[in-house]
Amino acid sequence: MLKFIKHNLETITGVEIYPIISLTIFFTAFVLFTVWAFTYSKEKIKEISEMPLNDE
Amino acid sequence: MEKQQFYYDNKIVRNFLYASIVFGVVGMLVGLILAFLFLFPNLTSGISFLSFGRLRPLHTNAVIFAFVGNAMFAGIYYSMQRLLKARMFSDLLSKIHFWGWQLIIVAAAITLPLGYSTSKEYAELEWPIDIAIALIWVVFGINMIGTIIKRRERHIYVAIWFYIATFVTVAVLHIFNSLELPVSLSGMKSYSIYAGVQDALVQWWYGHNAVAFFLTTPFLGMMYYFVPKVANRPVYSYRLSIIHFWSLIFIYIWAGPHHLLYTALPDWAQNLGVVFSVMLIAPSWGGMINGLLTLRGVWDKVRTDAVLKFFVVAITGYGMATFEGPMLSLKNVNAIAHFTDWIIAHVHVGALAWNGFLSFGMIYWLIPRMTKTKLFSEKLANFHFWIGTLGIILYSLPLYVAGFTQASMWKQFKPDGGALQYGNFLETVTEIMPMYWMRAVGGTLYLTGVIVLVYNVIRTVRQGSPVENELVEAPALAVISPNRLKGEKLHSWLERKPVQFMLLTTVAILIGGLIQILPTILVKSNIPTISSVKPYTPLELQGRDLYIREGCVGCHSQMVRPFRSEVERYGDYSKAGEFVYDHPFLWGSKRTGPDLAREGVKGKPFNGGRDDVWHFNHMYDPQGLNEKSIMPRYQWLIKNELDNSTIQDKMRTMVTLGVPYSEADINNALKHMDEQATKIETNLLANPEIKKSFGKETAAPLKNREIVALIAYLQRLGTDTQVKK
Repeated sequence: MLKFIKHNLETITGVEIYPIISLTIFFTAFVLFTVWAFTYSKEKIKEISEMPLNDE
Repeated sequence: MEKQQFYYDNKIVRNFLYASIVFGVVGMLVGLILAFLFLFPNLTSGISFLSFGRLRPLHTNAVIFAFVGNAMFAGIYYSMQRLLKARMFSDLLSKIHFWGWQLIIVAAAITLPLGYSTSKEYAELEWPIDIAIALIWVVFGINMIGTIIKRRERHIYVAIWFYIATFVTVAVLHIFNSLELPVSLSGMKSYSIYAGVQDALVQWWYGHNAVAFFLTTPFLGMMYYFVPKVANRPVYSYRLSIIHFWSLIFIYIWAGPHHLLYTALPDWAQNLGVVFSVMLIAPSWGGMINGLLTLRGVWDKVRTDAVLKFFVVAITGYGMATFEGPMLSLKNVNAIAHFTDWIIAHVHVGALAWNGFLSFGMIYWLIPRMTKTKLFSEKLANFHFWIGTLGIILYSLPLYVAGFTQASMWKQFKPDGGALQYGNFLETVTEIMPMYWMRAVGGTLYLTGVIVLVYNVIRTVRQGSPVENELVEAPALAVISPNRLKGEKLHSWLERKPVQFMLLTTVAILIGGLIQILPTILVKSNIPTISSVKPYTPLELQGRDLYIREGCVGCHSQMVRPFRSEVERYGDYSKAGEFVYDHPFLWGSKRTGPDLAREGVKGKPFNGGRDDVWHFNHMYDPQGLNEKSIMPRYQWLIKNELDNSTIQDKMRTMVTLGVPYSEADINNALKHMDEQATKIETNLLANPEIKKSFGKETAAPLKNREIVALIAYLQRLGTDTQVKK
């Protein structure tokens, strides 16, 4: 897969780093917001998710 | 804590709702006229401002920015005030936002039919209106952020995250895609600062993300508010909604190049677009499932409640469209679907089901609440639901069939493998006429449903009494440290800091944009130049502007993909270097008619290579040449005299943008134009029929008519890279 992308990227110098950077950024971001979501306490999640129901 | 009394502003919500309904009817009516123009191409013959090419951008803009836009503002203004327990930040800003937006819509409704268009899809509006959009958008942003800051609720509910992402991203997209240089400050005409491949990449980065951040994220926010509200249960998984939000906005921004597969865009950008488009299915379906599962345990209500019915079909439509999107991004599927009516079916599942039905559900739920009454007729709402659903099915299914039929016929070779089976493009159009008929019927049913909604809303409003300001009370928000409290988690802190939150959102959406777009703009070697490609002559440039004015790009592509069937039909495939002087690019995204990239090249077996007289007659009466053609007449091009007053300004603008016209080229422009036009005129007058009608006229000579410039442009197409024999 990476070989396939690299072949097409040859027109830019030093481009090998591109797919690696993209993957790293995305992976890090994904891990971060998954951790973000799962460190909530149950009570807090319940409270927040009921916000639309208690707004009158 | 002492409770504070304040009022929710219902009037602004109601205004946006009414505007959405009114412009919804208008936008869909224009769409219906377009559908009938496929069947009766000369329905509006002779009326330039009702021609297909000019009405098509009016339809898309009206539906996206007027119908969906106003519905989204209504939903945002209603839900945000309640989720934040605060009135909108400023009544004045709300008013400016509302009236400014409506003025922009009216300006669009006037200028697009008059032919003022940049030709870039969903960004056709010319530069003065672009500036107005940016200003009003900022007003909306200030009003929103201001409300968040003065809120009475500590936590910012996920719906509002989606609204923030909408504001930030649409601002970035609109500004960068609309960078254009006006020819003069007193005129409407401008040229995109990007050319060719770069323009295409920026345009589809915009186009794709306009779908993402104008048609999707605000509606997801509304889904996360209104579905729990109407079903009276909390969202299925709030945790999922957090992951949904971040992964959606992060991935969406990368996917634009899937609109340009197999084009002259560098392969690395195409492949990056494919990878992220396929990944996009995960957050999209995560959100769709989260919406549907919110209804767990209340499915019995869906049987009776029209609002929930609309919501269920809307979310299902979202699921179908977002399954189809990643699939269409696979290169082998895209090779079939691109340029066909499949794409039209795809976008209409999104627009009619997701945006339309979510808006209708919201309207039926909000209007009675804002007028302190019950909906006039639940029966009529149910009728609307069924006729609308039937309309969606009858609209989209035939077009899927049409898309497959077109693609199969375009690619079919004769059994001996030598030549194309359907060399005449028209055969592939005639074949799908029954599908166009069914589509028009589907559209009619859908619009009928909307008219029923209008009646139902009017009757409801009449029987109720409007509540413009709704009294509520809530305790003020206690002031706590701007820093993280002891034991406070990072996300809890971030979620009470809207500005920091917004910055993080901006970073998330900028990363993808930067990595994709900057190399193509900065790295010269990405666009190999071709020495034989020269700038357009002044007459051709004028012709090109007419091509833009008439919206020819709505039905004709200028991009030959590297497939044997296309090279056989149209000529050599398109290269990035051919478009370096194209401000804006005109690759197009639909082939209702044949591709025109090689129109001027002579000696091809099928399309293109026609003489000047053919083009003249074809614009005058296409059906006179091909009885079954669905090309509309463009007779005013033959009547109108070409306006050459700004040609030198146009060339100077092009020079600023990097097109190498010399000072002599500009000074001699009018003389050069006359010479080139005279040659075409001579060719035309050699035809006895044309000579009889135009030969001895004392008014404007034929060479000064618009048609001559357009012919000059069409005859130039593809000739730069032609191998001289």
